[in-house]
Amino acid sequence: MHVTVIDYKAGNLTSVLKALRHLGAEPVVTDGDLDLVENAERIVLPGVGHFQATERLDATGLTQAIRAAIARGVPFLGICVGMQWLYAGSSEARKQPGIAHFTERCARFPEGQEKVPHVGWNSLEVRTGSRLLAGVEPGEFVYFTHSFKAPVTAHTAAITEYIEPFSSAVERGNVMGVQFHPEKSGTTGLKILRNFLSWEGKEIA
Amino acid sequence: MITKRIIACLDVHGGRVVKGVQFVDLIDAGDPATQAARHAREGADEIVLLDITATHEGRATLLDTVRRTARWLFVPFCVGGGIRSADDAAQVFEAGADKVSVNSAALADPTLIDAIGRSFGAQAVVVAIDARRDPQATNPVRDAQVFVQGGRKPAGRRVVEWAREAEARGAGEILLTSMDSDGTRAGFDCELTAAVSEAVSIPVIASGGAGTVDHFVDVFGRGKADAALAASIFHFGVSSARSLKEELARAGVSVRLPC
Repeated sequence: MHVTVIDYKAGNLTSVLKALRHLGAEPVVTDGDLDLVENAERIVLPGVGHFQATERLDATGLTQAIRAAIARGVPFLGICVGMQWLYAGSSEARKQPGIAHFTERCARFPEGQEKVPHVGWNSLEVRTGSRLLAGVEPGEFVYFTHSFKAPVTAHTAAITEYIEPFSSAVERGNVMGVQFHPEKSGTTGLKILRNFLSWEGKEIA
Repeated sequence: MITKRIIACLDVHGGRVVKGVQFVDLIDAGDPATQAARHAREGADEIVLLDITATHEGRATLLDTVRRTARWLFVPFCVGGGIRSADDAAQVFEAGADKVSVNSAALADPTLIDAIGRSFGAQAVVVAIDARRDPQATNPVRDAQVFVQGGRKPAGRRVVEWAREAEARGAGEILLTSMDSDGTRAGFDCELTAAVSEAVSIPVIASGGAGTVDHFVDVFGRGKADAALAASIFHFGVSSARSLKEELARAGVSVRLPC
């Protein structure tokens, strides 16, 4: 299966590509070739680093191409900053919009007793009916590294507690996002990626 | 709930895992890829591969080792040793590392931290600090000194200050090795670890002195460490990540138990 992986020069794609290949997918990478988005069977938008980096998606035309693909029902998975991009924006880069597939905004963890960034393995409270997190049991952990997070809403697929509860996964129709790094989360992460790759993708958001 | 991380460290020389005291009398401890996979399977939260030779001629061997080790590894993977430029770092990331650890090169040119952080994100930059308490100072912990060349030469910097600068420049984590404790198996330097952990907002990985489970309990409690490095205790099956974590869980430390 061909998976189009979006490269917007925010960090390193090697781990994501390796995990997808390990699961039998054939990832192709684009940093601006819109045909690869227009003909995508599935799209993965990884991303570590700063929200501002997503401006490159606008500049290259990838934002419009991805919006169109989402509207056609192509299954989409955003990872970390790639998930945050699905929201209206982030206080990390106030002038840079996301695609507002989810209308809320992402914000920094409040300062206080705990360290920010949130780095390490934390648990997921999976909401009933999540397709992406099917089979993830209580007591399984995933790897996080981030300072900004999405609020808990009706589309939240999993909640994680750090300083306060936040959306560690989100789902609506064919659009899914995870704040953690499934490619770095051992067998649990691979199970989640496998769920994404095997989802039939009939529902359109 | 966030868990405390147990990180397995593999010292690598010429493409093989080695074990020795103060980098002498090296004993072959196996293939890095096999060892890393075993540690990950047994519940290590992360793998650090440290190239202890770090010679120019050895770079190709190291990159090949990183590539082979990363291939089947799906937990965070950090590589250190001999990374002197953003280009060196880029090659290691390309080979499959998620993070690089920089030490003496960052002391020589602190803008190396900024440069790697800008290209690969703060989460990809670990600043390793080799520290010794300063017995002459009125406060040996607060005034602990940074050392280079395997703990032989003072760098002329205070540990806490350097950790703060590293954070300000965009480091994602601090790997703090107590040269006083390293190799002793008598416990981590909890006072020093706590001093650094309280001075920065980024995670601090404690290293040096692990010998028993109680030492880990101590460094996560009193030492305020976010993660701890276990090197020699994992080799030759002396203590696996699994058994260490089971005992930590019994002692009330929040850890990720392997499935």
